[in-house]
Amino acid sequence: MRYVDEFRDADTAQAVAAQIAALCEPDRHYTFMEVCGGHTHTIYKHGLEDYLPEAVTLVHGPGCPVCVIPMGRVDDAIAIAEQPDVILTSFGDMLRVPGGRGSFLDAKAAGADIRMVYSPLDALKIARNNPDKRVVFMAIGFETTAPSTAMTVLRAAAEGIDNFSIFCNHVTIIPAIKAILDSPDLRLDGFLGPGHVSTVIGCRPYEFIARDHGKPLVTAGFEPLDILASVLMLMRQIAEGRADVENQYARVVPWHGNRRALEVIGEVMELRPYFEWRGLGFISQSALQVREAYASYDAERIFELPGVRVADPKACQCGEVLKGVLKPWECKVFGTACTPETPIGTCMVSSEGACAAYYNFGRFNRSHVREITLTEVGRS
Amino acid sequence: MCLGIPGEVVEMPAEGDLARVDVAGVRRLVNIGLLEGQPLTTGDWVLIHVGFALSKIDEEEARAAMDFLEGIGQAYDDEIKALMESNIG
Repeated sequence: MRYVDEFRDADTAQAVAAQIAALCEPDRHYTFMEVCGGHTHTIYKHGLEDYLPEAVTLVHGPGCPVCVIPMGRVDDAIAIAEQPDVILTSFGDMLRVPGGRGSFLDAKAAGADIRMVYSPLDALKIARNNPDKRVVFMAIGFETTAPSTAMTVLRAAAEGIDNFSIFCNHVTIIPAIKAILDSPDLRLDGFLGPGHVSTVIGCRPYEFIARDHGKPLVTAGFEPLDILASVLMLMRQIAEGRADVENQYARVVPWHGNRRALEVIGEVMELRPYFEWRGLGFISQSALQVREAYASYDAERIFELPGVRVADPKACQCGEVLKGVLKPWECKVFGTACTPETPIGTCMVSSEGACAAYYNFGRFNRSHVREITLTEVGRS
Repeated sequence: MCLGIPGEVVEMPAEGDLARVDVAGVRRLVNIGLLEGQPLTTGDWVLIHVGFALSKIDEEEARAAMDFLEGIGQAYDDEIKALMESNIG
């Protein structure tokens, strides 16, 4: 098979792949989940699946913060944006995510003041410069991003900025992994642990996966060789009959995480009893909300929200894609009705979504994607 | 938005949490409050996520991260563009 993009260490990659192949037991199949959307990116971009022996399959997990936001929360955010004197601020990734009543871009076209920001601190600055407006930040992301939102709330409080609030949609990775481990749909042999989330939470929260579920987890970096080396570490554990948490990305991820980042999350936010994840349904204690002490910065307390649950479009199979049950090209609408330009599901919107990654960086030339998709589906 | 972009610290603040970093040749302020307790000085490299330095990295890792980012195309271009428009000071 051809690789779309040869990378500089292709020879080393072949050597690592050979070691992986040597560890495969005959007639056994190995399925590993890469939890993080960034890893999905690397895998598709560099065609890493083509390096791996056929007995090893990588499936993607729920680690794309935009992808897991349910449609009802998009509608809630738009309802906030439609209130008088509101400026809704959001990361660019969210703008195209369809809710039940359209996306942020649609709402903006209809007159709502919705602005893209790079950082929650940009949103705070907009609040500082517009004292007669109510500025709301659409806070999304895993533990990687939650500390930045929390720091921004602390700063708003320190400066006495009272026209700033956050619509908190931060989610936590561990309950999602638990939900996947408990799901009967999928049999996994191990995990590639997320890179940047782990810089905050460290590696210890994953220990239950090894201890209680007997599955190895290796926290992995984002280079093609990092991924392959991590797969090799997983294969070695299995060959040796071990299930441990190991850190391939130790050059960035400290075993104990970033204590200050965890402190600020804990200062401003607390676990919600439950939260709906797109595709995974309601998961208990899987998301963060603003603590009572910071209630005046909590858009959910300030504004009345519709809070209506919206079912995903029937044609959309993001749920299965997020759980790793379906590959992107196995979805009925992939590359045809659903493309990055006109997404139906969230996985096609975010650049970290498995579908967008596959569409943009997969082995397939964009113009051939439709034809090849049909062939692949026909074959499977 | 989930990307971590490496930047080199070029100016430490006399007070407060905002340090000036060089990201792909452009200088921007980033918040270093999450690295509290870790010694940070000019010439150090940090991984930046949504305007905050999330961790200290070495130069070799910074280069590897940059190679990775440049390789991923559109998402990186979008991130850098968003960063350039950011003005948190």
